[in-house]
Amino acid sequence: MEFRKDLFQNERDDNLNVVGKGVQRQDMPGHVTGRSPFFDDHAFEGLLHLKVVRSPHHHARIRRIDISAAERAPGVKRILRGADVPVNKNTLLSLINFGKDDEPSLAVDKVRYKGEPIVAIIAESEAQALAARALVRVEYEPLPAVFDVEEALKPGAPVVNDTYPGNCFEYHEKYDHQKLRFGDVERGFAMADHIVEDRYQMSPIEHAPTETNGSIAAPEQNDRFVVHSCAQGLFFSLGTAAKIVNLDSNRLHFIGGTVGGGFGGKVDSLTEPLAVLGAMMTGRPVRYVLDREEEMLHGGPRGAERIYIKDGIARDGRILARHIRSYFDAGAYTRLSSYAAIKCTAHLPGPYTIPNVTSDIYVAYTNRCPSTAMRGFGITAVDFALEVHMDKGAEACGLDPVEFRILNAYRDGDMKAHRRVAKNTALIECVQVAAEKARWPLSEEAQRQSSLTGGGGARAEIPATPIDENGRINRPETRGGRPTQTLPAGTMRVPMTKQPIMEGSTENRPSAPSVPQYEPYRPATAAPPPPPPPVPASRSAAPPPPAAPPVPPPAGPAPASQHGAHRFSSVFGTRRR
Amino acid sequence: MPLALRVAQSLSEAAGILAADPRVTLLSGGTLVMRDVNEGRLTDGTLLRVTDPAWRQMQVSGSRIELGAAVTMAAILANRELAFLHAAARAVGGPAIRNMATIGGNLFAGTPYGDFAVALLALDAQVMVLAGYGSARAVPLEEFLAGRARGESRLVAGIQFNRPVAPGDFRFLKVSRVKPKGLSVLSIAAHLPGSGSRIGQARVAYGAMAPLPFRARGVERALEGKALDAAGIAAARAAALEGVQPVTDAIASDWYRREVLPVHLGRLLAERG
Amino acid sequence: MAKVPVQFRLNGSDRAAFADPADNLLTVLRRGLNDFGPKYGCGQGTCGTCSVLIDGELRLACLTLAASCEGASIETVSGMADGPSLHPLQNAFMEHFAAQCGFCTPGMLTAAKALLDRNPNPGREDVIDAIAGNICRCTGYEPIIQAILAAARTLPAQRRS
Ligand SMILES: Cc1cc2nc3c(=O)[nH]c(=O)nc-3n(C[C@H](O)[C@H](O)[C@H](O)COP(=O)(O)OP(=O)(O)OC[C@H]3O[C@@H](n4cnc5c(N)ncnc54)[C@H](O)[C@@H]3O)c2cc1C
Ligand code: FES
Ligand code: FES
Repeated sequence: MEFRKDLFQNERDDNLNVVGKGVQRQDMPGHVTGRSPFFDDHAFEGLLHLKVVRSPHHHARIRRIDISAAERAPGVKRILRGADVPVNKNTLLSLINFGKDDEPSLAVDKVRYKGEPIVAIIAESEAQALAARALVRVEYEPLPAVFDVEEALKPGAPVVNDTYPGNCFEYHEKYDHQKLRFGDVERGFAMADHIVEDRYQMSPIEHAPTETNGSIAAPEQNDRFVVHSCAQGLFFSLGTAAKIVNLDSNRLHFIGGTVGGGFGGKVDSLTEPLAVLGAMMTGRPVRYVLDREEEMLHGGPRGAERIYIKDGIARDGRILARHIRSYFDAGAYTRLSSYAAIKCTAHLPGPYTIPNVTSDIYVAYTNRCPSTAMRGFGITAVDFALEVHMDKGAEACGLDPVEFRILNAYRDGDMKAHRRVAKNTALIECVQVAAEKARWPLSEEAQRQSSLTGGGGARAEIPATPIDENGRINRPETRGGRPTQTLPAGTMRVPMTKQPIMEGSTENRPSAPSVPQYEPYRPATAAPPPPPPPVPASRSAAPPPPAAPPVPPPAGPAPASQHGAHRFSSVFGTRRR
Repeated sequence: MPLALRVAQSLSEAAGILAADPRVTLLSGGTLVMRDVNEGRLTDGTLLRVTDPAWRQMQVSGSRIELGAAVTMAAILANRELAFLHAAARAVGGPAIRNMATIGGNLFAGTPYGDFAVALLALDAQVMVLAGYGSARAVPLEEFLAGRARGESRLVAGIQFNRPVAPGDFRFLKVSRVKPKGLSVLSIAAHLPGSGSRIGQARVAYGAMAPLPFRARGVERALEGKALDAAGIAAARAAALEGVQPVTDAIASDWYRREVLPVHLGRLLAERG
Repeated sequence: MAKVPVQFRLNGSDRAAFADPADNLLTVLRRGLNDFGPKYGCGQGTCGTCSVLIDGELRLACLTLAASCEGASIETVSGMADGPSLHPLQNAFMEHFAAQCGFCTPGMLTAAKALLDRNPNPGREDVIDAIAGNICRCTGYEPIIQAILAAARTLPAQRRS
């Protein structure tokens, strides 16, 4: 490994004790002797095992559940159904008042994805629980299912999640998507010499941690329950379990932290609530571990994303405007896709200074496994799309793709699209070092560029920004037809003004000169567009405007119940200081 | 009722138990059966273990080879006399699986498993079947596989086949995306008597190109009397897709399997024997 | 349901347990005998975290019928160290950062031991083949391969002494 200590010297203390050194991990001796205590590595007298009946359908009404044969099966101690769960609807981020409870621990009237839990069997041994599970009879009435994010948002699509009848997550009880408005993209497109548009589709990805999700809950002294948990966020899990089983959280004693791989797939408290409920109902320790197939069906993946990007680029290679429209596949319920869309919006338009940026990010419900956190979720997919799009943009204006990035890179002091001043930027240096390693020739001009200089000034200004009310929930004029089920008119793609750039086509285009012109930067929107709509006045770099960053200037005080939502957004927005 | 367990000391006892009760599942290496148990697909009935040493015996010295059905892939790999089968045995799972997986079980493995059965099919193997008490009856593997598709459940005691005359006459190829261990995109086995000059009575079998391992009769015909030169290989490639019905699964699509099969067949035939 | 008795040697000591007839060895080791070294990662033979040595051969405990182990000698990661002194593989895994979450480590060490017991002088390809049935979702395998090769280099010296 190589540390480039020549870069950003005065921003960093290089006198570090651990970074850059091989320090032995304290958990290593446990790992190599097989003694690290994972959640399942605990012995209990009288341990019971919980297994779950899951939906074989993507979408179905439950007509009847017959557990009589299973109840009589050998070893069965208790069978749990939806009615046994004290609070049988939850969403993870309700702990910080974000989103509405929508996912049941055990489905009651409907199942909304294949693998959804319906009945839990608790028996003396795993084999007995499995044998009893095979005896549960569920009668289904299959319903039409929807698997495509854009289909789900169309009028007349099957309603996936009754809590959100428009099949999309609702932000701040106000918008059916996350909006970002910065400058005037339409003006930017009109001024552009090249319009580059494309569609990107990312698949869901399963974390496949080597240890599957699971937990053991057991009655403890002092009227408490001890819970050995695989959770990545132990206190999230404690709060979630306490809410669902309706116990004060001080009656739960969570032990964890030794996690057999999580990668985001162990934030959802998939097993803890039922394990605790089982222990409460039986008075015995209860172990609930997903098998590998259940991990795939019921443990959420990184959600699929569909992303549309439209760039307007000047002849000299400067990106004048970028519009992004994206659809996150939440699956059937809200685990963390609502948060992914916030992260995505806060990340746009990528590490570039673009004077006009618009984005509309939707979270759509489909009859798939609910999607959740995974390593940079909300960011990685859109970054992939943006970087592929950067290559296409470079090709459109005949520029070297690496120089094209340096030319458009953000620099310290620039205003980012979500109205924060960029600090500690390092894209230019990253690209320079990467080019050096890849022996990619860079012009001297490009080699001289620096994140520390050339930013700020006109680039720190917040341009005049037309805002719109498209996607306002319960405003019929912005949606037409059934509420929340149409794509708002204003987010339609504008007819292309220029020849679209087709993937891979380089015909009839001048070959890329290796050096673009690094002229002093003149923002394309320096002149305010005609009828200037209300613009946030702040030009100072330091205190960010009070509104949650991904949302346009607030139209009024947020309802009290949304306090957590705002706090949540702004926590994210100020993280990188 | 959770599963029960029975142990049979002899093959004929096992065959009798199997014939008498349809709820008995024979356990060989267990790599497929135990998965069904662990995941709750098999919760009822009886597992049958067989401890008869004859089930694991190998006769490999002569020109007629006999392998007990419970011979493992690892046992084949450990035997130098069976070097021509090593590529096929090594194609099954990782090292732990190969220590457990048996050839008998491989005849029952659903696609894309069953790589070793593909090799046996190209060797014109005979399956020694015990249907109840009594002595074993030899059934051609192809016929046996068809019976398996009809759901017939009979005890396989062992497998017999002739040793290829020249080692280069027998070839095996498995295509997988994950290396060194992965499930089959497809597998091909070819027994090409006379591969040094003119081929007579070629046997070519595919795995994962249909619900069961099957013989590529079009390719066999195309190779009859030909040499393995460019013309012979081109003829075989042209016939490669005759009768294939590949599935689309998590490993590959039907389209992809069709697309790459002729390429891999060409490469296998072009190998220097 | 009648439980069946199983007896075998586990890491050098005679052990006995009562098991359900169709129990796999992993369940009996972990829940019957409290040997939590081998892990459950899939129950279908795909991950290798449950790897054990049965009579010196690498096996997957999750796919092994416990009742078939009667009289066998079973080694798990829990018996790999000799008292406080670690096996060369264990030391090498520590030195080469061959574990992150540590969940695959017991299986990796067992598969690696099966290799070195047979072939004290493996090449890189041998190592890759030996751990082909073991999934690690954290390390990317390279540190594990390096650790096993490094452990092999220390072996002959140890055996000579
Ligand atoms: C992780 C993993 C990877 C795998 N990779 C591969 C691979 O790459 N290629 C491949 O081909 N397979 C693969 N398999 C599948 C399987 O291991 C092999 O097909 C193996 O040969 C099956 O043999 P077994 O002895 O384990 O079968 P078992 O599980 O014991 O039995 C399988 C079926 O066959 C029946 N049966 C077994 N023997 C007989 C007999 N003698 N007579 C009658 N019925 C019998 C059983 O009743 C059962 O229905 C893999 C399996 C796993 C778990
Ligand atoms: S638990 Fe046995 S291989 Fe995964
Ligand atoms: S260290 Fe986590 S799976 Fe290997």
